[in-house]
Amino acid sequence: MSDASYETVDTDVLIVGAGGAGMRAAIAAAQQGLRVLVLCKSLLGKAHTVMAEGGMAAALANVAHLDSWEAHFADTMKGGKLINNWRMAYIHAREAAERVLELERWGAVFDRTASGLIHQRPFGAHTYPRLAHIGDRTGLELIRTLQDRLVHTEGVQVHMETTVVRLLTWEGRAAGALAYCRADGGLVVYTARSVLLATGGAGRIYRVTSNSWESTGDGTALAYEVGAQLQDCEMVQFHPTGMVWPPGVRGILVTEGVRGEGGILRNRDGERFMERYDPERLELSSRDVVSRAINAEVLEGRGTPHGGAYLDITHRSPDYIRSKLPSMYEQFLKLAKVDITREPMEVAPTIHYFMAGVRVDAETGAASVPGLFAAGEVAGGLHGANRLGGNSLSDLLVFGKRAGEAAAALAADHPEPVSVDRAQVAEGIERLLEPLRRPHGESPYRLQAELQDVCTHYAPIIREEQGLRAGLEQVLDLEERARRCGVGGPSGRAFNPGWHTAHDLRSLLVNAEALFRCALERRETRGAHARSDYPRPDPSLAQVNLVVERSEGGMSVRAVENEAVPYELTEIITQSFQRYTPEELV
Amino acid sequence: MTVSSIDVSIFRGDATRGELVTYAVPVREGMVVLDAVLWIQANFAPDLAVRWNCKAAKCGSCSAEINGFPRLMCKSPVTDYGSRLTVRPMRAFPIIRDLVTDVSWNYEVDRRIPPFTPSVRDMEDPEPWRLQQQDVERVAEFRKCIECFLCQDVCHVLRDHHRQDAFFGPRLMVRIAGLEMHPKDAVDRRPLLKGEAGVGMCNVTKCCTEVCPEHIHITDNAIIPLKERMADQYFDPFRWAARRLRGR
Repeated sequence: MSDASYETVDTDVLIVGAGGAGMRAAIAAAQQGLRVLVLCKSLLGKAHTVMAEGGMAAALANVAHLDSWEAHFADTMKGGKLINNWRMAYIHAREAAERVLELERWGAVFDRTASGLIHQRPFGAHTYPRLAHIGDRTGLELIRTLQDRLVHTEGVQVHMETTVVRLLTWEGRAAGALAYCRADGGLVVYTARSVLLATGGAGRIYRVTSNSWESTGDGTALAYEVGAQLQDCEMVQFHPTGMVWPPGVRGILVTEGVRGEGGILRNRDGERFMERYDPERLELSSRDVVSRAINAEVLEGRGTPHGGAYLDITHRSPDYIRSKLPSMYEQFLKLAKVDITREPMEVAPTIHYFMAGVRVDAETGAASVPGLFAAGEVAGGLHGANRLGGNSLSDLLVFGKRAGEAAAALAADHPEPVSVDRAQVAEGIERLLEPLRRPHGESPYRLQAELQDVCTHYAPIIREEQGLRAGLEQVLDLEERARRCGVGGPSGRAFNPGWHTAHDLRSLLVNAEALFRCALERRETRGAHARSDYPRPDPSLAQVNLVVERSEGGMSVRAVENEAVPYELTEIITQSFQRYTPEELV
Repeated sequence: MTVSSIDVSIFRGDATRGELVTYAVPVREGMVVLDAVLWIQANFAPDLAVRWNCKAAKCGSCSAEINGFPRLMCKSPVTDYGSRLTVRPMRAFPIIRDLVTDVSWNYEVDRRIPPFTPSVRDMEDPEPWRLQQQDVERVAEFRKCIECFLCQDVCHVLRDHHRQDAFFGPRLMVRIAGLEMHPKDAVDRRPLLKGEAGVGMCNVTKCCTEVCPEHIHITDNAIIPLKERMADQYFDPFRWAARRLRGR
């Protein structure tokens, strides 16, 4: 076999990614009677979704009877600092409850209220307790339920440990993808009537992140490369509470559920500092606010020994903690030798989520390239400038289903076989195999580590012009060097992680470049994007999204006015909802 | 005791041949075996094959045998092993390369288990289901499984006797238990248990329970109750007699 030979596989709907969004989309698409093929970068069921802990937000009103889709919509828009795609926020708030109940009918098991309904826990910036959960491993429950459903859905095939390296287009439409199989390094050209991206975020551009190995932003990079628009690339969420110590575990997520269950944040002096930053919502303020508060405490010299804050849940009984936060208990005991029923945790912000993503149509998840769809974290718009906890899992279900149905409908409308653009395939293969021919090129691991340092250093919680310029320059320099990287050592293609990293690096760099370019362009502080040189929001930018596109001269960024929120929904956003009181607990 | 450096011997090779290669790794505070492996990969052996995802003991990808014990590498501090340790791939599965094994068999078996299926009445019930927390907690234990397959790796039936043809293994017993004990599931999986799933093959040595990183009581809470369900149905003399009398 020549090293550029490939196998060809045809399907109707090609889904890239098998986390919550990809699996939900696959189920939806297959229900339309089409052939669906799911590509999964890891083994099935290992996607980053399994790490979601706290729960999924939906206005079921099981705990707080006053809750409603209106309140959920308003919270989401306010949390996103109004640059959300309001149509997505509206659809999400309207449909989340239905999707959660549907998941239960598919076998998901949630914690219950005394009357036997799905229990809901309070979470940051949600007016009411709204998160359906099972302990602190809700993501795993979602993944297993969808996995069970998926593998028993007729018409669905899953190819595990298969990484897409290039999308293929034919006559301007998405028509498939070029991929390699990790186990043997074999190449596959997938042809499809429609392609759906569900690849998650790009947390791995930072050093300290809660994200798993896979979160290298492949989907945004793939979409960008074939000309699709991205948006809000400056909006990257720091989760306020990641582990800090020991160094080996730095960044691992500490669920917001700890604060939802009453956890208190204190600084080195024992002060409950959130009283100064958000006296009303305290620890349950939105993530951008809490992250910046911890950051400020540390910068002002009131941090913990390892540069964080204390998160204390010891006022709850050990039994309660172990039943409501079992994996947190285990995680701290095993990895940090801290018993959270007796001692406070040490926490600091960690990169967690990309509000940034592929610009999509709200109803269908269609990207700006015909035949291409995106759902879940890879899609932008729903969360605006800051995502609320719990809105991600419900996002996966609501928009996974919608995008899956739309991709299937489009595929059904275009039953004619697609052709493969051989030049695209040849170019993709050449680029993929190049690093293997350069055993002494620069190490992709080192380049990735350098990129992580650049993002960590120049695009931190609080950014400023000079640093962003320096960061962008370094990213561009890394892009140059990455073109000459080599895998080092033996150049076999069978499960060769050095080679895999050389490819991942390309995705990471596109995401990083977009981040710096947009962050420079948004001269204000809004949600997750905070600038020391522009410390206040600029009202004129409230309805503006930054759109990133590939152009002749490289990556271009332009401001696009967001569609205005209709009057009746503006009313809902400005209305103040009566806050939840504990007496409402069922 | 603080160690400044540790010798990590790793199996390098494939299904046809391989050997242990030793690397000296500088130890950082809180370092786990997976950190050591990734450090080796980044600095000495870029092609060192290892499977991992979350590095937080939530995905169950980085299973291996550390000094012969099946463990998650992300959850095993290097300081537990003194100045040297050995990492090998799981033995019950075919090796792909280095520490990576072919675990696809587990996924194939999983597909043969009838999925969650509620009764028609429950399915058509327009009202949200009501369940008790107690019932939820009973199945929650089984649903904690992160599919690391360490239990499959250590099970004698699979590891030593290679009876993949006769027994689904502990992971899939946990899967079946999670479905069978789901308060709303209405499928009878006892014929499966007696037949191809082979619950009778388990001889209750509890090795699987010992290695479970999620502390699921695999033998006591999943396999033994499943054995009882199956035995009640097929081997209880009174039920046997009753079936004969009713002509079924």
